[in-house]
Amino acid sequence: MNRPIRRVAVAMGVLLLALVLNLNFVQVVRGNSYRSNPANSRVLLDEYSRQRGAIVVQGVPVALSVKTTDRYKYLRKYPQGTLYGPITGYYSLFYGESGMEAAESNLLNGNDPRLFGTRFADLLTGRDPRGGSVVLTLNRAAQAEAFKQLVGRRGAVVALDPATGAILAAVSTPSYDPSALSSHNPDDIERAYRKLSDDPGMPLLNRALNQTYPPGSVFKVVVAATALQNGRTPATVLAAPDRLNLPQSTTSLENFGGESCGGGGKVSLDRALTISCNTAFAKLAMDLGTLAVRNEAALFGIDDQSRTVPLPVTASTMGPVVDQAALAQSAIGQRDVRVTPLQAAMISAGVANNGVLMQPYLVAQELAPNLSVLSRATPAQLNTVMDQESAIELKRMMQNVVTNGTGTAAQIPGIDVAGKTGTADTGVACPTDTAAPDFEDTKRACAPHAWFSGFAPVEKPRIAVAVVLENGGVTGGETTGGKAAAPVAAAVMKAYLDSIGIK
Amino acid sequence: MSALGLRGRRRGDAARNRRADAARNGGGPDPGTTGSDGRSDQAADERRPDSERSSDPRMPAGRGTELVLSLAAVVVVAAAEAIIEATRDGRVSGRIASYGTFALVLALVAHIAIRWRARYADPVLLPCVVLINGLGLVMIHRLDLGLKQSAAEGGPDRYSGPSAPTQVVWTALGLALFVGILLFLRDHRVLARYGYTLGLAGLVFLALPSVLPARISQVNGARIWIRVGGFSIQPGELSKIALTIFAAAYLVSKRDVLSAAGRTVLGLELPRGRDVGPLVLAWLICIGVLVRGHDLGTSLMFFGVFVVLLYVATERVSWLVIGLLLFAGGTYLAYQLFDTLRTRVDVWLHPFDTGDAGYQLSQSLFGLGTGGLFGTGLGGGRPETVPVVKSDFIVSAFGEELGLFGLVAILTVYGLLIFRGLSAALSARDAFSKLLATGLSFSLGLQTFIVMAGATRLLPETGLTMPFLSYGGSSLVANYVLLALLVRVSDAARRPRPVGPADATEDEPAEVAA
Repeated sequence: MNRPIRRVAVAMGVLLLALVLNLNFVQVVRGNSYRSNPANSRVLLDEYSRQRGAIVVQGVPVALSVKTTDRYKYLRKYPQGTLYGPITGYYSLFYGESGMEAAESNLLNGNDPRLFGTRFADLLTGRDPRGGSVVLTLNRAAQAEAFKQLVGRRGAVVALDPATGAILAAVSTPSYDPSALSSHNPDDIERAYRKLSDDPGMPLLNRALNQTYPPGSVFKVVVAATALQNGRTPATVLAAPDRLNLPQSTTSLENFGGESCGGGGKVSLDRALTISCNTAFAKLAMDLGTLAVRNEAALFGIDDQSRTVPLPVTASTMGPVVDQAALAQSAIGQRDVRVTPLQAAMISAGVANNGVLMQPYLVAQELAPNLSVLSRATPAQLNTVMDQESAIELKRMMQNVVTNGTGTAAQIPGIDVAGKTGTADTGVACPTDTAAPDFEDTKRACAPHAWFSGFAPVEKPRIAVAVVLENGGVTGGETTGGKAAAPVAAAVMKAYLDSIGIK
Repeated sequence: MSALGLRGRRRGDAARNRRADAARNGGGPDPGTTGSDGRSDQAADERRPDSERSSDPRMPAGRGTELVLSLAAVVVVAAAEAIIEATRDGRVSGRIASYGTFALVLALVAHIAIRWRARYADPVLLPCVVLINGLGLVMIHRLDLGLKQSAAEGGPDRYSGPSAPTQVVWTALGLALFVGILLFLRDHRVLARYGYTLGLAGLVFLALPSVLPARISQVNGARIWIRVGGFSIQPGELSKIALTIFAAAYLVSKRDVLSAAGRTVLGLELPRGRDVGPLVLAWLICIGVLVRGHDLGTSLMFFGVFVVLLYVATERVSWLVIGLLLFAGGTYLAYQLFDTLRTRVDVWLHPFDTGDAGYQLSQSLFGLGTGGLFGTGLGGGRPETVPVVKSDFIVSAFGEELGLFGLVAILTVYGLLIFRGLSAALSARDAFSKLLATGLSFSLGLQTFIVMAGATRLLPETGLTMPFLSYGGSSLVANYVLLALLVRVSDAARRPRPVGPADATEDEPAEVAA
C-alpha cells in the first residue's frame, strides 16, 4: 500500500507547487498591474491617509489638505479655485491628478526619495507621515489682474520675469474649480467631471501652456531678430509692395485690409515693425531664407519638444515651411506656425533680457514637511537669442510699436512699455450666407485671435507678458488685435509693477 | 518537495528511511503485479529482522523537539501580534500578552497530552498546527481592527463585532476535543469497528443542512450551515472525518474484492462492473450534496478523498481514471444546472468584468498584487477590503501583508503537516491506519489546495476554509479532531514493538476482520 501513498504524496507536492507557481504569477508577474489597477483602492487609500503637502503662492496656500472624519482622512481644498485651477490641477479619487498636483505628486504625497529621512523619523516618533510643499513663482497681483481681465472670455495670459524666467502669471479662461473634482463623494466627482469635460469652452485645457495658436504678427519679432543678426539695422530699407506675389504660387500676400505701408513701396525695418507691415516682413524673410529664420526661432524655443516648467508644455512649431511662399506666410505668423502663450511671452522675454532667454519655471522652492528647503530654483539660461546690441535695437523698435504704432493701447502712464501686437487668422472661412443655420457660430469662429506680447519697463524690464484672446479680433483689421489684447497686457504689467513698487 | 516531509532528520526516521529505500530498491515484491498486492508491504515488513525496527526503548521519541518547535511557533505568533499592535496603534499594548499566552497554553496543553498519551507521535505535527492556528488568530484579530476602523471611517461594510475572541473559544473547544481523543481513544483501530455507524452519522450530518429549511441553513447561496441561536456550524466539516474513517474501514474489508481485475481496456485493468457500485454511490451522494447544498467544495473534497483511498487500497490506477471521469461528468452536469456555479466560473475567468460577483476575487487579487514579494507588513495593508476575508479569503490577507515570501512560508508549513501525515501513513503497520492517515492528510491537503487555489484564481472559488487558519468554529474543531487522529496513528506507527517475536495480531486486526 506504500507505493500509492508515495504517489499521493507526490501528487500533493505537485498541487502545492502549482499554488506556489500561481502565487508567483499573481504577486510578482501581474503584481504591478493589480497594484495600479484603478479599481484597487489600497494605494489610493494609503495616499489619502497621509496629509498631502500644500501648493503655495507668496505664502498663501492655493491647494491644501484638511482633515476630515471620513475614510479618506484628508480632503484636498483649493481656496481660490478658478484663479489657480489650471496651474494647481486637480487631485481626484477617480480621475487621478493633473497640473502641479501631478507634476509634483511625489513631493506632495511624501514619496519623494528626498523625504526618506523625514519618513524614517516619522516612523520612529510615531508621527503621521506628511508630504512636502511646493512654492510657486506666481505673483498674486499679476495672476489676479490677468484673471480679472479674462473673465468671460476665452484666452490666456502668461507673464515672465525676463531676468530669471520665473513665471509670474499663468491664466487660462474659462477656468474651473478643482475642489469639485477633489471631493470624496463619487457622484459629485463624476457629475463635476462630466460637466467640465462636456463644456465647449474646454475649461480643463490649460491654454497658457497647452494650447497653440497661430501667432500672427507677434512672430515678426522673431523675423526682425533674424534680420538684425544678419547684418540689417532698424534703418535698413525694405521693399514693401501693397501686394506681394508669392513665388511658385498663384496666391499673393497683402497687408491687412489691403492697406499700403506707405513710402511708395519702401519702408525701414523699424517702421515696418511699428506699423506691422506684412509684405515687408514676408519679403524680408524670403531674403533671409528658411534656415536663418528657423534657426532664430529655435533659439527662442520654438520646436523644442521637451519643455516642462515642470508642467508639461506643448511644443510650439514653425511648421514644415516647404517653399518660399510658405516662408513668406510663416514670417507673418500664419501658415503652420503655432505657438503657446508661454512661447509668445518667451519671445518678448528674450528681447527684454538683452538677448539672453532664461529657462521658464514655475516652482520657486520645494519644501520638506518641516518647511526646510529641499530645493530652490536656480535661474538658468536657455539660449542667447541675439547679441546685446541687436537686442537693444529691437527693444527700441518694440517700444515704437507701443508709442506710435499698432500697440498704443498697451501704454502705461509713467512707464515705458514695449511690445508687439498680433491678429492671427484662424483658418476658418468667414460665412457669406447670413441665412446659414450656423452663421453666428461660424462668424465667431472666423474672427482672428488677438495677440499682444511685450514687456516693461523698457530700460530695465521686470515683466514680459503675452496675451491671447481667442477670436478676440475683428476680421480685416491689423490694429484690432492690438486694441483687444494690448490693454489686458498693460493692466497685468501695471498690477505687477505696482506690487513691486515701480511706478 | 515531498522529501521535505517524508524524510526525517532524526535517527529514528533514518532507520525507517533505510527500510523505505530498501523497499523501493526491490526489497519486496512489486506490489502492483501480485494479486494480494496491498499486503505485500506489510509482508515485507514482517520479514525484516527486528534489529531494523525502532525497538530501542531509549530511542528519542521527539517530545523535546516538539516542545522546542512549538515554543518557537509561539514566539513567531507573539511577534506577529506585537508587529500588528505597533503598526496599528504605534505602540505595543498588553494584548500581545493575551494572544501570545493563548498560543503558549495551546502548545503546552497539547504537548503535555501528547507526552502523556501519545509519546511516540511525530513531533512536527503539533508545532505546525500551533503556528498556523496562532497566525490565523492574530490575523483575525488584525482584521477585526481593520474592519472596525474602516466602518468608523464610513467604509462600505458595517462592523459586526470582533471575531478573534470567538475564534479563541472555538480553538479551546478544539483543544479540549484533541486532548479528549488522546485520553479516551487509546487505539484508533477500534474506530474501524464503528465504520458503518460513523459513515451513516457522517452522511446524516452532511445531508442535514440540505434537508433543513433554507432560512437556517443557507449562507451566500450555499446550504451547508446549521444556525441555531447565535451559533452556526458547518456539519460538513465534521462529517469529513467520519466519512474518511468509514471509507478507510470499508476499503480495508473490501479491498481484495475491489482490486480483482476485470477486463483490460487500453492497457488499463478495469475493475469488475459490479464492484463499481460503491464508487458510484459515493458519487451520487456528492452530487446530492452539490444539488441540494450548492456546495462544490465539500462535494469535491469527499469525492476526491474517497477516490484516492480507493486507489491506495486497491493500487488500481483504473479507479482514479473512473473517478476522474465521474467527477468531470458531475461538474459538467452541475455547471449546466446551477447558476451559482456558472457565476463562479465566470468570475474565475473574468474577475474584473463581472461586476459585483467578481468584486471579492478582484479585491483578493489586488491585495495579493499590492503585497508583491515582501508584503506591506503585518497591519500595514488593507486586507479588510476583501469581503469574507476572515474565512474563505484569509490567504489574500496574508499575501497582502506578508507578501509572496510569507505566503509561501505558510504554505510550506501546510506542506510539512500534510507530508508528515502521509509519512505516518507510510510507516503505519496496518492497512486501516494507513488508509486513515492517508485519507486525513489528503483531505487536509486537498482542502488547503482548493481554498488557496480559489483565493488566488488558480481555480474557481468553492467556499471552503483554510484548515486551522480561517475564522470558523466547525472547521477548527473538526481539524483538531483530525490532528488528534493523525497524532494517534503516528504514535502507533512509531511506537517501538515489544521485544520478542512479532505479534501478528498487533499488525493485522483489520486483516482478521476481512
